[in-house]
Amino acid sequence: MSDTQAGTGAAAAAPGLSPVPAIELDGVVKEYVARGEVVQAVRGVTLGIAAGEFFSLLGPSGCGKTTTMRMIAGFEEPSRGAVRLHGHDVTDVPPDKRDVNMVFQSYALFPHMDVRENVAFGLRRRKVAEAEIRRRVGEMLEIVDLTGREKRRPRELSGGQQQRVALARALVNKPRALLLDEPLGALDLKLRQAMQVELKRIQREVGVTFVYVTHDQNEALTMSERIAVMNDGLVEQLATPREVYERPATPFVAGFIGTSNLLTGTVERIDGSTAVLPLGAGGRVLVERGGRQAGDAVVVTVRPEKITISAGEPEGNLSAVRGTVSEVVYLGTSTSYAVGLAGGEEVTVFQQNAHDGITTAERGDSVWLSWQQQYSYAIGS
Amino acid sequence: MRTGDRLLRIYVWLVLAWLFAPIIVMIVFGFNDTRSKSNVSWQGFTLAWWGRLDEFPLLTAAVLDSITIALLVTVIATVLGTLMGIALGRHRFRGQAATNLVMFAAISSPELVMGASLLSLFVSMGVETGYWTIVVAHVLFAVSFVAVTVRARVVGLDRSVEEAARDLGATPWVTFWRVTLPMILPGVVAGALLAFALSIDDFVITQFTSGSTTTFPLWIYGAVRIGVPPQVNILGTLIFAAGAAIAVVNSINARRRT
Repeated sequence: MSDTQAGTGAAAAAPGLSPVPAIELDGVVKEYVARGEVVQAVRGVTLGIAAGEFFSLLGPSGCGKTTTMRMIAGFEEPSRGAVRLHGHDVTDVPPDKRDVNMVFQSYALFPHMDVRENVAFGLRRRKVAEAEIRRRVGEMLEIVDLTGREKRRPRELSGGQQQRVALARALVNKPRALLLDEPLGALDLKLRQAMQVELKRIQREVGVTFVYVTHDQNEALTMSERIAVMNDGLVEQLATPREVYERPATPFVAGFIGTSNLLTGTVERIDGSTAVLPLGAGGRVLVERGGRQAGDAVVVTVRPEKITISAGEPEGNLSAVRGTVSEVVYLGTSTSYAVGLAGGEEVTVFQQNAHDGITTAERGDSVWLSWQQQYSYAIGS
Repeated sequence: MRTGDRLLRIYVWLVLAWLFAPIIVMIVFGFNDTRSKSNVSWQGFTLAWWGRLDEFPLLTAAVLDSITIALLVTVIATVLGTLMGIALGRHRFRGQAATNLVMFAAISSPELVMGASLLSLFVSMGVETGYWTIVVAHVLFAVSFVAVTVRARVVGLDRSVEEAARDLGATPWVTFWRVTLPMILPGVVAGALLAFALSIDDFVITQFTSGSTTTFPLWIYGAVRIGVPPQVNILGTLIFAAGAAIAVVNSINARRRT
């Protein structure tokens, strides 16, 4: 996992893809003055996005992800650092001269033009021949499934259709990269899920680099090949969805992506390749030793679905802690338990509802929680 | 409920009648077969006045002056006002508050005050009043109306639409003509119509700044004492018809656009 880096992350491309990144940000900083104070929206981002990659910038609102994208598009000029597209420095190139196109959160369709003219806009600016324009616009509308609606105005289309026009309008120019700014934010859940699948299909079909800005971790996890998790103007972790989920680099990432249990302890002893942390009465957390020594403080994260609940102390070489069930929430396919530990920590546990009517534990029950060592992940290792 | 509906209907017709009665009277008396100087009582129907439209050379000249002044004012005020409206709606700049204040003053101050002060301004500057001082004066008040209507449109604009144009390869210049202007066009057209209407029937400010030039309203005012000939009604009818036609076309276009 050489490209997993905490902090600013490395400018490394995903393995197996073209060595020259399609998009490269090199120490990019964006600051602006608000009420006489200098505010840093982006505080030094360095990353590389490979050609053909589906790349997500994920983070809460105000984390700098949209500003970062707008610097790639050319709408914001970095205060420091450089933006390179396929090796060419475009830091000072205006947006109309950059070979990337953007899908805006509000779609930003031209209200006074019909669907065909919206999609043809970019080609007309580049003086493409009329016949060629007709062919490519027709082709693109077919890909986004809007054939037959060429003469409609944007306001006559549904939200999902407008979204697809915006997509077609950008993709028809065959950009080096497509930038998508929370493109599904305005759609309802059903449509959003359908469009996620649709977007992946289109990306496969046209093979364009996608840079996807979102605050929705599920969206980022399902669609991306790699994710840059941003917080407070910095990249906290840059890795594949699986890695970001299973091996969060920082407490922020662990907390932002999915539900995560954070357990803090001190290494008591080293047992071969395992570090053992005592936790509560008779409890212990096992974690890979790494470079740890007895006496080191460690923050361990465990995902709720990895934990098993049992009434008696589990057998075998497992992490196991004792607690009292404080809440049971039935969620349909699974049940969520909140379990309070002796030390005051609260642990969330998801259990699949395999058998009907049977819950493993009731509120107030004293239980054991256990999980295999591989599911303990010491943050930052 | 039914009574309420009926009352509402009656009320609407009363308002419409009130609004249109003077216009209908104006149109009807253009067909009045009057013999006296004053065209105030119905004498019978005739089309004769339509053939004698240019009987009074001074009236014809006044109408032509009014129309050319109004057109010039419309063009100048629309261009300047649109640029002002975009600047005010889009940017924060030094002097913005002052600009807003001056615009508001130009709209709200009594015409009498503005006319008198313009006259003293022109006199003290040694400018001879006439056709061009009327144009300047009319542009002065019309530009604020255009700026206000355009600004309202610009404020409601989604900036990302223009960014999308830039993103798709349009230069700032092309973006303005292909995207910004078409989107604010309803405001621009409304402002232009307002400028034309304000200019062509302005009396007070024109009176102060006209010198020896006579516009249509000034000619009518002068003729009131000796009697307004039916030609005035016909010319008024024509101007009204042209204005109404433009308004109708504009509202049809607006309905198609939005």
